[in-house]
Amino acid sequence: MSNKILSVRGLSRIHGEQCPLCISSTGPEHDTNMCSHCGSVVAAHDVNFDLYRGEILGIIGESGSGKSSTVKMLYFDDMPTAGSATFYDGDVQHDMFALNAAQQRSMRNKRFGMVYQNPHLGLNFQISAGGNIAERLLMSDLRHYVEIRTRAGDLLARTEVSRARMDQNPKTFSGGMQQRVQIAKALATQPPLLFLDEVTTGLDLSVQAAILDLILEIQHELGTAMIVVTHDLGVIRLLAGRTLVMKHGRVIESGLTDQILEDPQHAYTQRLVASAL
Amino acid sequence: MNTAILDIHNYAKTFRLHERNKLIPSASHVNLSVYPGKLTALIGPTGAGKSSVLKGVYRTYLPSAGHILFRTAAGEIIDLAHADEHRMLELRKTEIGFVTQFLHCLPRKSALDVVAEPLFARGVPTEEARGRAADLLAQLAVPAHLWNVPPATFSGGEKQRVNLARGLIAQPRLLLLDEPTASLDPATTERVVAHIESLKETGIAMLAIFHHPDLVKRLADDVIELSPPITIVEPAEETV
Amino acid sequence: MNAHYELPLEDAGYSFGFLDEYAKKEVRRCILKAISIPGYQTPYASREMPMGRGFGTGGLQLTLSLIGEDDTLKVIDQGSDDSVNAVNLRQFVQLTCPGVDVTEKTQEATLIQSRHRIPEKMLTEEQILVLQVPYPDALVVVEPSEARRKVMHGEADYSRLLVKLYEDVVRFDEITISHRYPTRINGHYVIDPSPIPRWDVPRLHQSPALVLLGAGREKKIYAVPPYTVAEPLVFDDIAFRVEDFRDANGQRIACRCCGSTVSFLDELIDDAGNITHQCSDSTYCEEQQETISARKRA
Repeated sequence: MSNKILSVRGLSRIHGEQCPLCISSTGPEHDTNMCSHCGSVVAAHDVNFDLYRGEILGIIGESGSGKSSTVKMLYFDDMPTAGSATFYDGDVQHDMFALNAAQQRSMRNKRFGMVYQNPHLGLNFQISAGGNIAERLLMSDLRHYVEIRTRAGDLLARTEVSRARMDQNPKTFSGGMQQRVQIAKALATQPPLLFLDEVTTGLDLSVQAAILDLILEIQHELGTAMIVVTHDLGVIRLLAGRTLVMKHGRVIESGLTDQILEDPQHAYTQRLVASAL
Repeated sequence: MNTAILDIHNYAKTFRLHERNKLIPSASHVNLSVYPGKLTALIGPTGAGKSSVLKGVYRTYLPSAGHILFRTAAGEIIDLAHADEHRMLELRKTEIGFVTQFLHCLPRKSALDVVAEPLFARGVPTEEARGRAADLLAQLAVPAHLWNVPPATFSGGEKQRVNLARGLIAQPRLLLLDEPTASLDPATTERVVAHIESLKETGIAMLAIFHHPDLVKRLADDVIELSPPITIVEPAEETV
Repeated sequence: MNAHYELPLEDAGYSFGFLDEYAKKEVRRCILKAISIPGYQTPYASREMPMGRGFGTGGLQLTLSLIGEDDTLKVIDQGSDDSVNAVNLRQFVQLTCPGVDVTEKTQEATLIQSRHRIPEKMLTEEQILVLQVPYPDALVVVEPSEARRKVMHGEADYSRLLVKLYEDVVRFDEITISHRYPTRINGHYVIDPSPIPRWDVPRLHQSPALVLLGAGREKKIYAVPPYTVAEPLVFDDIAFRVEDFRDANGQRIACRCCGSTVSFLDELIDDAGNITHQCSDSTYCEEQQETISARKRA
């Protein structure tokens, strides 16, 4: 069995009608991701990488760089216009974009987890924090009420949300707590692969630090592979072993995170690193 | 014991700063070998590229030229200058350790966990890893009452010993040392020297930079003197 | 409706069963499809009927499409044959389907149209039960978009309904759904079984009679074919429970009229504020009373 958990090849997403010049007229050299000929937006083009079990891969870039688009496609929130992704689940390989909708939903619910920047995307604010976690457990065919309750409570305790607040609506929670509930929900089915999209953006610094610590602890405990999308070099430095740098829909550079930070090759990455606090 | 674990041929590193349109040489024409149980010391004036060599081996820098041939435990020869990133991460976890001048760690973690971290990464159970970290900290004379405190508040010498312990704990086959005794008092320096000597006896190969010539004399089996680097990569070649 | 009014069949050109033959055919095709895909909400045209939507037009169209001169019809509303709605529908069928017999006796009927109840007496393979449905989609409480509901049904994704049950148990220590209890048919589609009480849900399971459900306003027909698995959504460790009608002492309450302790009871409050109970199924209640008096006479 290979160590690989995910293999992404030529992943692309173009919004709009597309013309033959879309690719050649966008990208970092053209300083835009919008095709000047047809107006299509090349959200991501030709993204390639391999992710190994238990590895944390960082994707860094500014808004519109394609980092979130990439993760959204892998979580089936969006469909690529080209490219493939293979998910290695134990001994079974899945050609992710060749699966039917039900298979994709099942993979997303049972084998992947996602934590969004905006808790409204990841949590149902009509129901309790525990209910949110129950939903994911129910999706993975757990039907035992007491067990669901116990597991939801354990997960919340693990992410340092008091069990006493389990039956409260996450609407009443602080931003940091909402992220913790999201993480607990994402972890409910013990997925081998977790996507984290700007999870600490907009939180107080001390809260950010605690969330990042939690993510690292989880990676140590469970060996969960993660893709961490951020615009924050500090997050990458702390979490990721390897990093992709994206700009205008392209991966402009990739490497070991300390190498990206100490010996960036691309002009954009050099500027990014030089401007870090 | 005569087969080198590391062979560097014509290593060179030149930084290209796009913003200023400048090429900055950091090391060039570096040739050296490191053997199991031996310590190879890098000497030379500031700016000669001593750290650059260590970082090139660890792949914190992408070498601009040359080969860095590493012989793995399995006997395979890998050119670290071009090795796959996953392979590199694997080697860092299991075979190549790096003790830098400064301790970079989370201000929220206890010294014990900072030291034990490389073991955690290898999947060693938490308690066992902490136990081994405690033993090592004791050997390096870090007072026990500090073990559960984040090292941010430690003195320079204490921090450096935590840093050293963290680099040593996973018992790498090749250890890169960048001024490991830089901020230590004479007594502690002696402890570290003794520890390095004992490491040599266990067969660990070391490539090291010491700020003090005395230490080179006492510890080095080989000494490589680096001369100021010249720009190796021609601008025309690097233009994309 | 005026009971003495006669529909001018000849003049107006109404055919047997009020609906024209094409309309009936369309409904029958949809019924066949609904039977073929148990629990699937089959869309149909739902014609205008000479009564307001919400008064059983979905059930009525099913009845009118199925009924023939040999049939015997029973119409009930909340268990009663005598309520205004039941009487109106029955008279409408009598008016538009000459030669059709009507009955109040459950065992005599070949076709039973009902609102909110399934008769107490066990139905047989020879019978068809038509239930009037106000809201056909069980998922409507958790998902407002019909397009998304269709995908959820297609993938049998009912986790959000279960979350609702979870929240119920968390808040009230039990599942509080009193009627329209989401029920899974043949292991796939979850239906809204119409506003029948929980009491009636187990009767859908392996029912010898065909059960058809029609929603006129929502233009949907679905079916629980004979001898089909019908399982109320539950947790493994929290069993589905029907109403138990016990008093403060844990005693099963009896019907005040026939004394039955095995039927579904309606709660009645008189002017003095006294609470009494009687069978919801009026025909069943009368039969019980007759049996008792017959036994007394003997």
